[in-house]
Amino acid sequence: MAAPPGTVGKAPVAAPASTATRDGRRAIVAMAALFAIVPWVGLYPVFVMKALCFALFACAFNLLIGFGGLLSFGHAMFLGTAGYVCAHAAKEWGFPPELAILLGTAASALLGIVTGLIAIRRQGIYFAMITLAIAQMMFFFYLQTPFTHGEDGIQAVPRGRLFGFIDLSSPIAMYYTVLVIFLAGFLLIYRVIHSPFGQVLKAIRENEPRAISLGYDADRYKLLAFVLSATLSGLAGATKAIVFQLASLTDVHWTMSGEVVLMTLLGGMGTIFGPVVGAFVIISLENYLAPFGQWVTIVTGLIFVICVLAFRRGIVGEVAAWMERRRGS
Amino acid sequence: MTEVFGIPTQALFGQLLIGLINGAFYAMLSLGLAVIFGLLNIINFTHGAQYMMGAFCAWFLLNKLGVGYWWSLAIAPVVVGATGILIERTMLSRLYKLDHLYGLLLTFGLALVIQGVFRNEFGSSGLPYRIPDELAGSYNLGFMFLPKYRGWVILASIVVCVATWYMIERTKLGAYLRAATENPVLVQSFGVNVPRMITLTYGFGVALAAFAGVMAAPIYQVSPLMGADLIIVVFAVVVIGGMGSILGSVITGFLLGVVEGLTKVFYPEASNTVIFVVMVIVLILRPAGLFGRER
Repeated sequence: MAAPPGTVGKAPVAAPASTATRDGRRAIVAMAALFAIVPWVGLYPVFVMKALCFALFACAFNLLIGFGGLLSFGHAMFLGTAGYVCAHAAKEWGFPPELAILLGTAASALLGIVTGLIAIRRQGIYFAMITLAIAQMMFFFYLQTPFTHGEDGIQAVPRGRLFGFIDLSSPIAMYYTVLVIFLAGFLLIYRVIHSPFGQVLKAIRENEPRAISLGYDADRYKLLAFVLSATLSGLAGATKAIVFQLASLTDVHWTMSGEVVLMTLLGGMGTIFGPVVGAFVIISLENYLAPFGQWVTIVTGLIFVICVLAFRRGIVGEVAAWMERRRGS
Repeated sequence: MTEVFGIPTQALFGQLLIGLINGAFYAMLSLGLAVIFGLLNIINFTHGAQYMMGAFCAWFLLNKLGVGYWWSLAIAPVVVGATGILIERTMLSRLYKLDHLYGLLLTFGLALVIQGVFRNEFGSSGLPYRIPDELAGSYNLGFMFLPKYRGWVILASIVVCVATWYMIERTKLGAYLRAATENPVLVQSFGVNVPRMITLTYGFGVALAAFAGVMAAPIYQVSPLMGADLIIVVFAVVVIGGMGSILGSVITGFLLGVVEGLTKVFYPEASNTVIFVVMVIVLILRPAGLFGRER
């Protein structure tokens, strides 16, 4: 069973490991500094917070597709589940925000374990269809179950006080909280990708039978990657619920699953920064196109088509390849 | 009034009929998906949008050009199938050498574009489509009333499914098709034009979806999103049946329609989710699907 040729997840950069990691670390510091000054340069913080939540979501998704070669088409269920649980805990049970987020994230982790155990039984296209179907099942569950308040969603979720003394109703405090959560998630993913676990994951993506014959339990690695991705998606969803004080059906709908695929594809699958770039581009685009009704869907679809036909490495992947060519010549 | 398990037989047979109708659409759509997947190795996410295009084509023919249902049944699949061929030639054919997931992503994007364009044009509310006069009214079967049109849908879908099965499993053309599924390079070396066969296969699968769309127009309302949620259920049906066998996907389609109908009678809250639950159970017990082969 030879793996079909393609560029799904194949890391486009082949720079020597040491310079790559050094460059990577520098770039991460630069990114963190850039985000840290955002509230002081006149950018609308709520917009950046939204983009950061989606960036974390896309990074978590990228861990699975870019480094594990698994295309999940149901990742919205993790974003939405954590959002609902977090919102419910904060509003109905009066949990402080840090505990509510933690609980929401744990709920997604649990869902990730269950879904993962079922979905990794099949590969490739089937994996995508199964995750999509399970996500749709969760959508109907949330549509019918009373605690989510159906079409209205859970509204007016209190932001509360972080650790009892940081008042999150202040936009600056909220912004830096989101930034810290995003950076923590991002660094965790960065660490995982560069760990032995990440290497084995890549080996399984490239050639699963060979990895198995070398003694690696491929299913266990895939499951762990899936659960990790689900958990971090949950973290993004729970944080988003606190930021917007809302958990709604939008976050569990299949269009959301498609959106995260698009962000990752556009930014560059299997690149470190690609999902972040993709998330910012797509969220800006949606902001800009929001008054034009259905044009969002049409433009989104067109970007999908263009990316797949002509732009498979994504923005970051293309830039990296361009720099590589320049360095080489 | 007679009862079975405390359920009035009228309600039971009524839901059973609705189940069979839904099953007929699951069967036709999953059949098209299976045919396309067999040769192209692509899961056609646009299938739901193409089903919707079939229904709109019929609506347009009737309301703008005065062309009736029966002609639509022939014209819509040809028109929509032709757009499918265009998509295959201009876009899908560039992806065959890549990972199959790209085909899924491309067709997903196309589905978004098509649905978005139709929603821009027609809004998201449904448009009614009149049942043709020949099929209006209903038969009294003694224990229930069978609307003529619904009976026709079940009959016609069975005929279409069996004809497709016959074409693929029992004719020379079908033999080429199956051979090309197994080993396209070898078939091509025998002088069969495989790329053209792939194009026509995609067109045929799309035409099947459009045919189902025309059939659905008088039953469900014609709306831009009529295929969007349906296609996810059909994916679950495909996972349950496994895409290895044509007949398998047809049987699974009808079976799951009936299961869904019965769930509506006995436990209505679960009727939306029952197919997905069945999918999970099948995956645990038989990961390759009911009729699938482990590849």
